[in-house]
Amino acid sequence: MEMKYQKTSGLTDNALSYCPGCTHGIIHKLVAESLTELGVLDRTVGIASVGCSVFSYQFFNVDMEQAAHGRACAAATGVKRIHPDNVVFTYQGDGDLASIGIAETIHAANRGENITVIFVNNAIYGMTGGQMAPTSLIGQKTTTSPFGRSVVQHGSPIKISEMFQHIEGVAYLERVSVFNPRQVRNAKKAIKKAFQYQLDKKGFTMIEILSSCPVNWGKTPIDALKWIEESMVPVFPLGVFKDAGESHE
Amino acid sequence: MAKVLMKGNEAIALAAIKGGCDAFFGYPITPQNEIPEYLSKYMNEHGKVFVQAESEVAAINMVYGAAGAGARVMTSSSSPGIALKQEGITYIAGAKLPCVIVSVMRGGPGLGSIQPSQSDYNQATRGGGNGDYHVICFAPETIQETIDTMKEAFDIADYYRNPVMVLVDGLIGQMMESVDFDRPIKQRFLPPKDWAASGTKNHPGRNVINSLYLEPKDLEEHTLGLHKKYQSVIQNETRYEMINMEDPDYVIVAYGTMSRVARSAIEMLEKKKLKVGIIRPISLWPFPKQAFKEIGPNCKGILVSEMSLGQMLQDVQIANKGRLPIAFYGRVGGYVPEPEELYDAILNFKKWEVLD
Ligand SMILES: Cc1ncc(C[n+]2csc(CCOP(=O)(O)OP(=O)(O)O)c2C)c(N)n1
Ligand code: SF4
Repeated sequence: MEMKYQKTSGLTDNALSYCPGCTHGIIHKLVAESLTELGVLDRTVGIASVGCSVFSYQFFNVDMEQAAHGRACAAATGVKRIHPDNVVFTYQGDGDLASIGIAETIHAANRGENITVIFVNNAIYGMTGGQMAPTSLIGQKTTTSPFGRSVVQHGSPIKISEMFQHIEGVAYLERVSVFNPRQVRNAKKAIKKAFQYQLDKKGFTMIEILSSCPVNWGKTPIDALKWIEESMVPVFPLGVFKDAGESHE
Repeated sequence: MAKVLMKGNEAIALAAIKGGCDAFFGYPITPQNEIPEYLSKYMNEHGKVFVQAESEVAAINMVYGAAGAGARVMTSSSSPGIALKQEGITYIAGAKLPCVIVSVMRGGPGLGSIQPSQSDYNQATRGGGNGDYHVICFAPETIQETIDTMKEAFDIADYYRNPVMVLVDGLIGQMMESVDFDRPIKQRFLPPKDWAASGTKNHPGRNVINSLYLEPKDLEEHTLGLHKKYQSVIQNETRYEMINMEDPDYVIVAYGTMSRVARSAIEMLEKKKLKVGIIRPISLWPFPKQAFKEIGPNCKGILVSEMSLGQMLQDVQIANKGRLPIAFYGRVGGYVPEPEELYDAILNFKKWEVLD
């Protein structure tokens, strides 16, 4: 019998640590497939961040470094400057990237570091138990915004792709999601393109992925996917924010 | 190379290059700016890595990334900047990565001043990072010794897979001395970095740089492993100099710039027919406790002198084990005590005695 589909060799055999219905797992698969298809697994170094994806160093079948909370882009800079021909990527949540690590991320982008950032925006702090994130929506109840996020008290959700599109060093920036199969296919295309740009030495690439956290959102996995589509997408519209195309060298 | 006249900070930079430094990551701060300025030129001209980071936090985490990728890496900073680096330093120690950190001390607390100081002894030897870890810390007293230490620091860091700090005060950073860059250093066997995250094509298996161990069993085993390594550092890397220590009447304990002042003071005291020795700690961690056992039976007291209000003092108290009276003389604010001040402090030992 012919094997039509199998687990990508870009992932190890370790069991994923994510909650049932969480879309971190899908995103892992898309990243791993992209690296496998580009034939670069053996020269890739991934940077795991602090958040639910901290254990991604056990899952991606490549060399990995686990970085301090928010510092993934700084660690990635260190690796990439030493091994410019390696493929270097970070995998970060919204607390890690958009809050504590915003400076490291902006400056890596501004230097045009030739790395790829996989930015998983689930509008909440998953790992620490559902606290408010910089990307939480107005009105969203979390364990530290029990009355819902308010503009006056907390400010509005931070829109990373909208901000980063204005940074010179960014070569490619797209916001995607994984709430239905069509979106998953599109997310895969975007991720693979970002890595291809890195291989072509075009500069900083980031894919923001709207992702679910059914557990801390208090929703079933299906309702969580619906919430991405109906509540998150209007605030965080999908699409290409920047595509510099030509080489940045 | 013949002897050359060079400023301390520039000598640190050139010694790092001689020590095989592949990459520098840092953020500007006085009084160490000549280090990155020198390296920004050299590293770029020689195909090595120089990045001016957006902050000390970013710089030390770039060090983490590059050290994890197998490079010989350094950063340099001064007091408030070293405070910010503590997060990265504990991660580097926890992940068993080598790196060299140069700390050029200025006045504190807070923004303090840009004058020389030794008030970051605790910051260097105790650190502000979390967890059971140590930074191997050397405090040279001349630019020549700083050069020799810098060259060796990269080997020591690689050998133990641990951060090494070279701690000087702003005075050593800013003054000029005639120095030789080609003095030999101890040869060590350095195994290949087969643990580095450089892509699986470069080594068997998959390499992971990490300091996270959620299982109590694993974290205890990991921390005990670090502890065992630190025992061997204590055994093999403790350094100190004994000056004029044959049966002294008093002993001065001083490091870095202060030991130079102490050298002048004991000559003045000699004329008063007082025999005063100096214990000069060179490694601050590990602290040379054993030196204090060698103090002769006729010693009447130990004078600790620092450009701080008494930080190394506590290590001396621990090492002394209550045996001899201890006095302390220190200046802060950027003042460097004159030899006369130490001379007076020995003659008026009782006045400065620390009664705890
Ligand atoms: C310096 C520091 N501060 C706080 C924490 C605790 N912490 C762990 S994960 C996390 C938030 C993670 O949220 P996010 O990045 O959105 O990722 P998610 O878990 O949602 O995937 C925090 C605050 C930490 N590990 N280190
Ligand atoms: S807490 Fe949320 S983000 Fe984290 S694994 Fe569970 S569902 Fe996913």
